[in-house]
Amino acid sequence: MKKPISLALAGLLLASTSAYAATTITIESWRNDDLTVWQKTIIPAFEKTHPDIKVVFSPSAPTEYNAALNSKLDAGTAGDLITCRPFDASLALFKKGQLADLSDMAIMKNFSDVAKAAWQTDDGKHTFCVPMASVIHGFIYNEDAFKKLGISVPKTVPEFYADLDKIKKDGTYTPLAMGTHDQWEAATMGYENIGPDYWQGEKGRKAIIAGTEKLTDPQWVEPFKQLAKWGQYMGDGFKAQTYPDSQNMFTLGRAAIYPAGSWEISGFEKQADFKMGAFPPPVPKAGDQCYISDQPDHAMGLNAASKHKAAAMTFLKWVGSQQFAELYGNALPGFFPLTNAKVTIKDPLANEFLSWRQNCKSTMRYTYQILSRGTPNLENALWAASANVINGTETPEAAAAGLQKDLASWYKPQQ
Amino acid sequence: MAERRPVRWHIGVFLAPAVVVYTLVMILPLFATLDLSLYRAVGKTTEFVGLGNFDKLFGDPNWSGHFWNALANNFWFFIINMAVQNPIGIALAALLFSPRLRFAAAYRTAIFVPTILSFVIVGFVWKLILSPLWGIAPDLLKMVGLRHWFAPWLGDPHYALTTVALISVWQFIGIPMMLIYAALLSIPDEVIEAAEMDGITGMSQFWKIKLPLILPSIGIISILTFVGNFNAFDLVYVAQGALAGPNFSTDILGTFLYRTFFGFQLQLGDPNMGATIATVMFAIILAGVCVYLFGIQRRLRRYQF
Repeated sequence: MKKPISLALAGLLLASTSAYAATTITIESWRNDDLTVWQKTIIPAFEKTHPDIKVVFSPSAPTEYNAALNSKLDAGTAGDLITCRPFDASLALFKKGQLADLSDMAIMKNFSDVAKAAWQTDDGKHTFCVPMASVIHGFIYNEDAFKKLGISVPKTVPEFYADLDKIKKDGTYTPLAMGTHDQWEAATMGYENIGPDYWQGEKGRKAIIAGTEKLTDPQWVEPFKQLAKWGQYMGDGFKAQTYPDSQNMFTLGRAAIYPAGSWEISGFEKQADFKMGAFPPPVPKAGDQCYISDQPDHAMGLNAASKHKAAAMTFLKWVGSQQFAELYGNALPGFFPLTNAKVTIKDPLANEFLSWRQNCKSTMRYTYQILSRGTPNLENALWAASANVINGTETPEAAAAGLQKDLASWYKPQQ
Repeated sequence: MAERRPVRWHIGVFLAPAVVVYTLVMILPLFATLDLSLYRAVGKTTEFVGLGNFDKLFGDPNWSGHFWNALANNFWFFIINMAVQNPIGIALAALLFSPRLRFAAAYRTAIFVPTILSFVIVGFVWKLILSPLWGIAPDLLKMVGLRHWFAPWLGDPHYALTTVALISVWQFIGIPMMLIYAALLSIPDEVIEAAEMDGITGMSQFWKIKLPLILPSIGIISILTFVGNFNAFDLVYVAQGALAGPNFSTDILGTFLYRTFFGFQLQLGDPNMGATIATVMFAIILAGVCVYLFGIQRRLRRYQF
């Protein structure tokens, strides 16, 4: 009996000495789906070049993350590095002094203003998280279906409807795999997906924030008018079709086009047994500049109360590097690095999404920065309005007027 | 001279556990909620605003629109439950009580089982049954030639709330059935025999003898339904999400409270306004229970055997 105990003791001693030699830093995150990717790919790559730092990735459930993180930070038990939600949730932490100011980090030069905007103060003077990944919106299509029906990828809006009409006439496939039951797809994969082509991306988004454009202006109503036409191309009973329903509908090969976010890529590639391609939101007419919704999704910040700041900063510097971007983007296809550095993504579908950045101008969902701070909440209102327009229970003009009224009720620049 | 009665410590000792636990987990949080509704967050601290939050809830159109919508939906939810669940529950109990019915125990169990299922299971299963893509509802209607009757009920603002209410009826129909069944069992045979001697049998026996005797149970069921419906949240949350779509047509006080208190998506939580809504819910339920206790229960005639 004595032998195992002494062995265990020796093991314990060994373990404690090695822990003594290295600094251990902990990462808080909601990305529990990515736990194995972190443990098997990302952390080993870092520890190989930094043997003196041990990294622990400690995620919690996405729905619990904000509440759990807040209480851990208040109690002083949070990890050294914090995965940052975009915009207000993280901004609130920075304002409370719980996230450190990272504006002076040299690697911040590697990121564009759009990339950093999600983790900056409103005036853009302080940046508190290193951008990690964004998701890009567009459409994923069933290549086999396109080939069989002899249709090509639509570049303009008229081509898009021509394709949808052909698919509908043929009848083998549901033209658009989307439902309005859960509402958010109508807003996120509908309105905010195609909208930037009309309101000219950043220009329109900033104009709403500044109060120089209104949500009732034609460029903001037009996307609703487009959505109003979508309903006829969606499946029978789309009003009660949920998000998982739409995903299954598409990956089972029953639908031709799926209004998508790039986060679907790895799941779809596992499920679908047909070839998939992707195209960006079609432009209103040939030759128009194209815009894509390139939504900042997560970043990493430093817990201001961390006891291992030096080690944590070393890790953050690495997160801002080209090496990390390439590693991360390939380990999690569909989550795209935000760095300006050249990154090669091997997954062909993910690469297709990424390639749009070269010709199209990037913007993000307009409801996310500043505009969803008040009551009524603009993002929630947009979900309901977009779903109503597709369902045909509200006209595009009425939906836009409703949103403008909601926003103007509390947002000074719009009054 | 009689001895002084000793202090009866044991009464306090026996009451203490229940009183202490109930105070800690029910009474204190209740008052904490009432208290919370009188404050407002200003930066990192809070300030006392008196009834300002209530003023906002009823006076600010951004709040009152959602509130009245939720309240009206909640009443409709309650009306459906009262008008469908309870009469059917009573009818089922009367049928089960019929001596000619075979397999009564099997029916009783089958009808009661949904009551013990989790809301999550019920919501999910019904969403699947009614799904236009994979549900069995369209196919079942097709088999009887009524496919054109099928509509995406859960996604239609006109039908969604009624559909959810009927799912709730399906789930809880076992409760009135069991309570009424127990009440029917407690009617002594002598009363029934006397009625039969007087020539009252069949349906008229139910209306004239049994129904008056089970009225107090029906009263209890009504008040349970009222309290349960105005506290409801789970089923709508599971079936329709926290935004209670489409277009807030299934939003009831519970989901409105949830979104306000905990926040949703980009909307940050507001505990003070949440507590305000919770207080109003408490007042509504309290008023309803008082109406029942003082207006109805006192007038109910009870029979003792």
